Amino acid sequence: MNKLMIWYGELLTQKNLIKRGALFLTPGMLWLMIFLILPGLILVLVSFAGRGSYGELVWEFSLENYSRLMGFGVFGWTPDYIVILLRSAWVAIVTTGISVLLSYPLCFFIAGKPKRTRFLWLTLVIIPFWTNMVIRTYSWFLILAPELPLAKLAAWLKIISPGMALYPSAFAVYLGMVSMFLPFVALPLFSSVERLDWTLVEAAQDLYASNFRIFMHAILPQTLPGLSVGVILTFVPAMGMFVVPDLLGGAKYMLVGNLIQQQFGASRDWAFGAAISMGLMILTLFSLYLYRKKINNTELI
Amino acid sequence: MTTQGMGLHLQGIHKTYGKTAAVNNISIEIRSGEFFTLLGPSGCGKTTLLRMIAGMELQDSGRIILDGRDITRLPAIKRQINTVFQSYALFPHLNIFENIAFGLRSRKLPENEINQRVAQSMDMLELGNMKNRFPHQLSGGQNQRVALARALINEPKVLLLDEPMSALDAKLRAQVQVELRRLQQKLHQTFILVTHDQDEALVVSDRVAVMREGQIIQFGTPEQVYDAPKNKFVAEFLGAANLIPGRFENGLFHTDIGSFVLSKPPAWNQGLVAIRPEWITVSETQPAQNGIRAKVSEIIYRGTSRDLWFEPGRIRVRSSTYKHFSIGDEAWLEFAPSELVVLDE
Amino acid sequence: MKKLTLLINIVAYGTMAFLYLPLMAVAFFSVNNTKYGLAWKGFTLDWYLALFQNEVILTAAWNTLILAVISTLVSTVLGTALAIGLDRFPWPRKMNTTFDLVLHLPVIIPDIILAAALVVVFSFLRTFSGLFEPGLFTMIIGHITFQIAFVALVVRSRLVSIGKEVEEAARDLYATTPYLLRRVTLPLLMPGIIAGAMLAFTLSLDDFVISFFTAGPDSITLPLYIFAAVRRVVTPQIHALSTLVLFATIALVIVMERLSQKINKKNVLMEIDN
Repeated sequence: MNKLMIWYGELLTQKNLIKRGALFLTPGMLWLMIFLILPGLILVLVSFAGRGSYGELVWEFSLENYSRLMGFGVFGWTPDYIVILLRSAWVAIVTTGISVLLSYPLCFFIAGKPKRTRFLWLTLVIIPFWTNMVIRTYSWFLILAPELPLAKLAAWLKIISPGMALYPSAFAVYLGMVSMFLPFVALPLFSSVERLDWTLVEAAQDLYASNFRIFMHAILPQTLPGLSVGVILTFVPAMGMFVVPDLLGGAKYMLVGNLIQQQFGASRDWAFGAAISMGLMILTLFSLYLYRKKINNTELI
Repeated sequence: MTTQGMGLHLQGIHKTYGKTAAVNNISIEIRSGEFFTLLGPSGCGKTTLLRMIAGMELQDSGRIILDGRDITRLPAIKRQINTVFQSYALFPHLNIFENIAFGLRSRKLPENEINQRVAQSMDMLELGNMKNRFPHQLSGGQNQRVALARALINEPKVLLLDEPMSALDAKLRAQVQVELRRLQQKLHQTFILVTHDQDEALVVSDRVAVMREGQIIQFGTPEQVYDAPKNKFVAEFLGAANLIPGRFENGLFHTDIGSFVLSKPPAWNQGLVAIRPEWITVSETQPAQNGIRAKVSEIIYRGTSRDLWFEPGRIRVRSSTYKHFSIGDEAWLEFAPSELVVLDE
Repeated sequence: MKKLTLLINIVAYGTMAFLYLPLMAVAFFSVNNTKYGLAWKGFTLDWYLALFQNEVILTAAWNTLILAVISTLVSTVLGTALAIGLDRFPWPRKMNTTFDLVLHLPVIIPDIILAAALVVVFSFLRTFSGLFEPGLFTMIIGHITFQIAFVALVVRSRLVSIGKEVEEAARDLYATTPYLLRRVTLPLLMPGIIAGAMLAFTLSLDDFVISFFTAGPDSITLPLYIFAAVRRVVTPQIHALSTLVLFATIALVIVMERLSQKINKKNVLMEIDN
């Protein structure tokens, strides 16, 4: 440890260097330990605890929360919770998918603009990105209100009865989710699209490749880094989202975020809430793992 | 102080990364005021050696002695040695004046002395009135001069240059090499240059050390190294020579293309002899000795000279005079014994 | 090819409309002179004026700002130190991977899980100290926790781009450690620190979930207030408030863009340099 070494042009003992490094590292790491890692571990523990009659935690080891999550209750088996978990994953996947589908044309559109206006268009995508999600969600109340054309059209098509709003509904949830997360995909994707090497695309065009083939072989591989950032930035928060389903889905289209919030709010069943959180985490990480595996395979092609 | 102790002495410098020796037990004495070059392919340990002299890397063993003083355990900031880094490493947020003044400010010199010395050194390196500009506003060649000024202003006992030409284009490089040589001769300071470019090494240096795999293979003046390469590696690295394999028997060197007289007998029975393309004489008449009859197989026009390839043996000849040859012509090639260099195997 | 361009244009304009129509509706109805319904009854700024007489809203705005400023300050200091600690020292590879994972946790785990975990931990800590009663203090802790990681990631990428050589050059030119920090490292790092702080600040303003879980009755922020309000009934006053928040966001984005443009310009030039 008292070995001399040279680091960034400075001659010092290894011990002193490590000491100095620890000095920089400790405050931040300690903070993350106390308020991120430790709480996470405690949450795992809590998921195995029970609920007392006043909503307090009872420290007894049981798998009851998990079996409840799997649908085994006092009244036999129901798929309710599993449906909610899977539905959340489904909504997150669809949201991410639609956002990606819309983001590519948007990014190409912006990239095709001259430099000055390009910057303006980009700012127009950044603004919703940073606008508070509560405002962006409830703003759909207005668009979907019974007095406005969209609801009237739906009523005329006999999808809803006249005088009704288009929310709460699954449709409203998807609208809210996609508009929420589209900028999360578009912005990272744009940084990749901007740097796209068009000679490859032109080469593919010279070979009379179809638009689909050009996209798959010349564009997708090049924009994959930005796309992956966008997918992760969208999929992860979409999985745990509860503002959008709470405001636009109501009881009709509940997601796992609402379920967790319920346990920590009205129901006051932290142990079960912790177990649902574990379920959410496992599902999220597993999905990311599958995505990565898939991407790694694509890169080989 | 005697001149005996002056200069930079490296004694048994050794450095390993993992299991491979980056610098393998190197000892050299670099004289005060000489332009010394470490020449070798990338990964030969030349930059590592330079960084150890600068104090940017710590050797595992060995000693570094500067003007009779052991500086082995001194940190970079206590060594009177300055470096021109490969990509110059100018401070992008400081203007040219502050970049050059950096070393003086670190040592808290008085303001008027700083002003005077920076002005002087900007003059010397023809940086004109660029003192308020920033590195990104200057050309590659100008930035290189700023890097030189920034190092030289500290009047170092040794100036280290880590591939300083690699960022310049070929034309500028040739010009800067000559300027660098002139500057060094004017200042009489010790310069140590690291490069992988053999032309550069030959143009600027008083002495050259050819390195390979952490070791110095050959060491001497550019003429010595170029004219008498010790082995195949040096011969090839310093410009492609003709390498002729053969056996030494009964005082003659027997090869596939003929038998030759050598100026001195080699230490081996079987080995290589090198001859440079520009030292082979081509003539219509058979020379008195060491001549072979050969046929032109390829001609490469190089502007100031012409390369002729002869068969058999694929011998390369370079000269400006053989203008009248065309492919298929036959001629006599003369390998003068004094030009045939016997290589150690 | 022409057909494709047309399609791209249509989708792009459609997408932008999709992003902006709801927000524009909010702004539009915020100046509508009626308390109920969505029929146009003339222009008014009354709803905006009413905002400034609403104690609850003013307090919420104040809380939002305090929360953002304090958490940004703390997380910028901690995150910057953390980034330097991670990038500038020869940690063993295994340790580096672990640190990396910890830094990326807030990115790969839904924030609602962090929120739930904080609720549980604060309830334990409450048995030791009243500080951990739900309120501004616990919210600040929650925000710092996810901000640190983002600040550290931004600053670290800047550190990587600065590289080793300028610092070695400074050492070669006799710079002592304090001089090196003051004159080379910090000035070069500053754009990264500013970018990290801006990111932390906007993350705090944008956050809803962490605040929602860790807030107490006296620490309502604007997003919490709006959420609670629209769950009951949507009023033009909320539209007015939301519109103001939207404009504040636009102003912030423009300031950020300006700053980062400056930084990027420098960055690009630095890269050409090296």
